[in-house]
Order: sequence, then structure tokens, then C-alpha cells
Amino acid sequence: MSALGVEGWPTPATERPVVLEARGLSVDYAGHEGAVRAVHDVDLVLRRGEVLGLAGESGSGKSTLAYAMTRLLRAPGLISGGQVTFHDGRPPEEGGVGSVSLLDAEPDQLRRLRWSEIAIVFQSALHALNPVISIEAQLTDVLAAHHRGATRSERAERAADLLALVGINRDRLRSYPHELSGGMRQRVMIAMALALDPQVVIMDEPTTALDVVTQREILDEITSLRDRLDFSVLFITHDLSLLIELADSIAVMYGGRIVEQGAAKEIYDSPRHPYTVGLVSSFPSMHGARRRLSGIPGSPPDLRNPPPGCAFHPRCPFSDEQCRSQQPALVPVPRLGPETGPGRLAACWHQQEAGVTDELAGVKGGPRR
Amino acid sequence: MTATEVTTPALRATGLTQHYPIRGAGGKKVVHAVDDVSLELWPGQVTAVVGESGSGKSTLARILARLVAPTAGQLWLDGAEVPLSTRRGSRGYRSTVQLILQDPFSSLNPVHTVGYHLARPLRIHRMAERSATDKAVAALLERVKLTPPSQYAGKLPHELSGGQLQRVAIARCLAVQPRVLLADEPVSMLDVSIRLGVLNLLEEICQEERLAVLYVTHDLASARYLATSIMVMYAGQVVESGPALDVVDRPAHPYTQLLLSAAADPERTGPAVLTTRGGAPPSLIDPPTGCRFHLRCPHAMAVCSTDAPPSVDVGGGQHAACWLHAESGTRAGSALPGARPPPQAS
Repeated sequence: MSALGVEGWPTPATERPVVLEARGLSVDYAGHEGAVRAVHDVDLVLRRGEVLGLAGESGSGKSTLAYAMTRLLRAPGLISGGQVTFHDGRPPEEGGVGSVSLLDAEPDQLRRLRWSEIAIVFQSALHALNPVISIEAQLTDVLAAHHRGATRSERAERAADLLALVGINRDRLRSYPHELSGGMRQRVMIAMALALDPQVVIMDEPTTALDVVTQREILDEITSLRDRLDFSVLFITHDLSLLIELADSIAVMYGGRIVEQGAAKEIYDSPRHPYTVGLVSSFPSMHGARRRLSGIPGSPPDLRNPPPGCAFHPRCPFSDEQCRSQQPALVPVPRLGPETGPGRLAACWHQQEAGVTDELAGVKGGPRR
Repeated sequence: MTATEVTTPALRATGLTQHYPIRGAGGKKVVHAVDDVSLELWPGQVTAVVGESGSGKSTLARILARLVAPTAGQLWLDGAEVPLSTRRGSRGYRSTVQLILQDPFSSLNPVHTVGYHLARPLRIHRMAERSATDKAVAALLERVKLTPPSQYAGKLPHELSGGQLQRVAIARCLAVQPRVLLADEPVSMLDVSIRLGVLNLLEEICQEERLAVLYVTHDLASARYLATSIMVMYAGQVVESGPALDVVDRPAHPYTQLLLSAAADPERTGPAVLTTRGGAPPSLIDPPTGCRFHLRCPHAMAVCSTDAPPSVDVGGGQHAACWLHAESGTRAGSALPGARPPPQAS
């Protein structure tokens, strides 16, 4: 639970080595009426042992970004610019490959990295698992494909160990997906992702379809596995409230761009982008007196016809002429107080006016306890 | 409670039970989807039903909408008993009790315009003259804040966002001027930033039109935000009910406490610790004897596995079906962190 401590972060997140980074990544979807840009010039850095939360609404480009970073994007999706680099943390004598540009990598090279070093947990475990093959066969399949040397019994043993790792009894090995509960299926997905001891695990809404108690159990499982095995997690979700408790740092996406980034606690305590402020104040509180919350007016942007300037301006209470015409860059947030740590970025023309946040704090309904 | 003006609940149900027979079991085995649920929906109030999937909360909404006939139970609309075994009079019933479904992307017909969806109930229930339909449609769109109406009436569902579609679905319910609105997870498919707008709209309608609203959800925080009172369901039964703030701030039933310990709460200062012995919701075909929660309950006693707990008044209109609060619950007391102390045996 180190990452969830209230005192602060065990190792400052900005000092850990980088394991996966995207620079200027853009993704287009080809359509009948021209290309739709789903991801715009995104820089994203995932550090070793970190849980990086990627939050955004449907259509914000969060999943597209993750699939582009792993070269799993399918047509009509097209990476139209940028760089993605995987920095292998293992020394060469242990099979480390150094830094690899994933967008330039040959299929053969990609195949060696995928699953072994970069694994994915998909959203719908019911659809991601093969319904007519037993859990054991699906787990050993991975091992057979990537660890050619192992014998059948060694693979079966490893499959049982993997299930034990995620808290499932080994007598479930012969089960089929439909015989498992939603939570157990998602645990199997996590076990499969961890089968080859990867350095990066990408989780795409792994708990969205689950009940709240099961969701909490899975999140605890992810945290404890991360603490034990020291992999990095890119956790994609639409639920910012979840990330505030789970993630070390959070990147908020809107309209295909990252609009705000920083340590999870800072994002919650002092959001700088009006969209994040709106999101943070969209969760009804579990405590205190009930107060009316306003949410964010309007609807998410239509990417086929994005608004000029800042994509959030039609819904933003602070928009002015500059917002309507010029796209703000993602820039460091000026230190407004001791709570603003390094790595704090926001893309808003108005974030530097200290008054903005105070004014919005009024929208949030007063100070938090 | 608005007892000063209203003395009859808009909708009252007692002993609602829904058992679905299992095919091939010769009628011997049934799924206990809902067991003995009673509730009252009052005008101008939102009653939330909170539970996990499989708790029976949607089945309850479907019974109240008369989409399914319950195995047992009685229902009164404005004090008059509704025959549940026949479909007779169901059109009249539907003009009073309306249902909003979870997924607005599939509850509207993709080939028809917004205007068509709103004009249809007006016509079927003869709510507006044919010549006045357009005007009535525009008024409905304004009612759910889709303005200007002329911009929305001609649109097809795929041209609208999820939040806008759910507003259309709400307007369609309002077309027949109902007295009761049953909302089955109305915002769970919507993006976080637009959920509040829809919840606030439901609240406004509830207040202004004096509608009795049933809000079915899995999200305790939104139930606390919107509802006057909350019912918590587990494995087909109501385990706790009471005023919304009391149920969330001082949960009396261990299952409500478990739900709260699991909920995402950015204001939580320490790590979340689940108050459970583990396990999952039970099979509804062969539910556990006694309290259905006893296998997961950290406070389970011997009596919990043998006898179903009675519903105990824990004060302030809050009820919990739990032996910890019953007179015979000798171990009740400090065992419940954060819970309201059980009433002393008198």
C-alpha cells in the first residue's frame, strides 16, 4: 500500500527510471469524411514501479493512446506521428534489450517484447477469455509460446502458481470462463498478463464491469502485486475517483489531448484545469452535509468537428477569445504553494491566474475537510 | 416526510417476491430473485434502492413497472390495489408509472427521431391533440433542458450524446404525466461529467411535478446525493433502509458497512479496508439459511446461520435486518465500528 500512504510518496515519482515513454504521439482514424484525430501530440512517461492513471471520458482518446503505445492499434486507426520508446530495465546480460523504439520495431522484435515485457489486461474478461478453452489451457498457451524450453508439467505448475498469485485456488485450473465469477475472470486476466513477468502492464478499465466490493478486491490485488513484483501499471479508466486512491500520478485526457498531469493527490486537492476541477467536483461526497453539485455543462466534443482553440472552451466558465482561437500548451504549473510538486502540468490559458482556482473552489462548494 | 399534505404513498408494495423457475428442474428449483420486499414511494421524494448485481434491485423495478408478474405480493397505486396477476388495466397503469432504463443507447429506436419518440406516448395515451403534438414535444424537450427544442426534435439517436439521449428518455416518460418514475441505473452508462446534470434533472422533476421516484443504483454516493431514503438490497432481500444520510453516515447492517468500505472515496485518509470475511454474493437458487450475508459477515454469530434476522428499528426510521441489533443479539455493541449503537433492550 506504499503508494496509497497519506504521508507522501516513498520515492519521488519523478526520480524513478523511465520504462515507457511516448513523445508527440498522434493517432488518426480514417473515416469517410477525412481523418479524425483521436490523439493529439501526446507526451506520456511511465516510470518503473509506478501506477500511472489515464483518466478521460469515452472518446477522449485514452484507450487509443494506450493501444498506439503498444502498436496494437488496428485499422482504421493510424499512428500519424511521434515516438514511443521502451526502456528495458534489465541489464543486457539478463536479456535486456536496452531502449527500443516501438514504432520502428520489426514484427519479430515486437513479438518478443509483447506479453514478456509489456502485457495488457483488457476491459471485458468475459470477451477476452476464450469461452471454450479451460483456464489452464489458456494460461499454459502463453507459456508454451514464449518459454519454448519448459515441459508440459512445468507449464502446468507455473499456471497453478499464477492462479495462486491472484488468489484463486488451483482446483479452478480446469474451469471454463463461464464457471467463474466476474471478479475471478478478471483475476485470471491479470494472472495471464503477469505470466511472463512483464515490466509494464497496461490495464484498460479492468474493474469497470465489476461490483464495488469485487472492484476493491481487484484494486487491492493489483497494488499488492505491484509492490511485490515491481512492474509499472498504465491504468486506464473513466473513473477519476478510483485513480485518486490507486494511482501515483494521473494524466487527464480531454478531446484527444492530455490537459492536466501530476501526482494523484495534487490532482484531487488542487486541480488546475477547469475540466479536472469539474470532474473532481462531479463526485457526490460520502460525508458531511449534502450540497448541490453542478457537474460540467454541455457534452464532450465531437472529434469529427472539434471546437477551435481549447477543446474544452464550449463547456468552460472561463473561456475567452484566446481560448476560442488558440490551443493552450501543456506547461508546468507555477508553484502556487507547497502542495505543487514537480511534474505538475496543465494545458489552460487561465491556470496561471491564481484566482481561477479560488473562483472554481466556489463551484466545488467550499473547502474540503 | 410530507405527511402534512400527502397521507397515501403514490405506490406501495408489500411482500413482493419473484421466484424464477429453473428449466429442467421440474419446477422444484427456483431462483430467489426478490424475496418479501415491501416499500413505499411518496410524492416529491426519491427512494434509492442500492445493491450489487444480482441483488434483485432491477427485478424489483420491473415488478413495480408491471413488466413481470411477481410470484407473490401486493401493490397499491394511490391507495387502490393493482391486480398483479393479469395485464388488464396495464395501459392505464403505465400512464401513471413510468420506467427509465439504464442504457439510453438501446432504449431509443435508432431509426426514429427524437420527435417521434416523444410524440408516440402522447398519441397512445391521448395526452395531446394531433395538432398540438409538435408543441407538446417542444415543451417536453424544454422540460429536460434540450434547448432550443427545434434543434433536437428532428435528430436521430446516434446524433446525440449519452446524456442527451437519457434526457430524451426522461422526456418520453414525462409525456404521459406520470406520478411515479422508476429509474433503473439511469446514469451508470453516462460519462462522469454529465451524470450530475441528469441526476439534478431527476431531482428537479421530482420536486416540481411532485413525482414519486425510485432510483435504482449500485452507487451509494449518488444515492446519498439524490435520495430522501435508501433501501439496501442483498441477495434478493432488503437488509437495511432508512433516511439517506443516516444509512450512509451510520450504516447499521454489516453489508451496508461492507459496501461503504469498498466504495471509492477520495476523501478517505488511509487505505481502504474491506469489512468482510471474503466470499461473494450467494447462489440465489439455494440461498444460505438464516441471514443470507452470514457467510461473509465479520460479526456472524451462531444464530445468523440458522434463523433469518428480523427487521429491527435502530432509531430515526432506520431499519436493519440483522441479529446484532435484535434483542437476542447478545454480542451486539462495540462489535460494530462506526455503526449507531443498537437500541437497549427495554
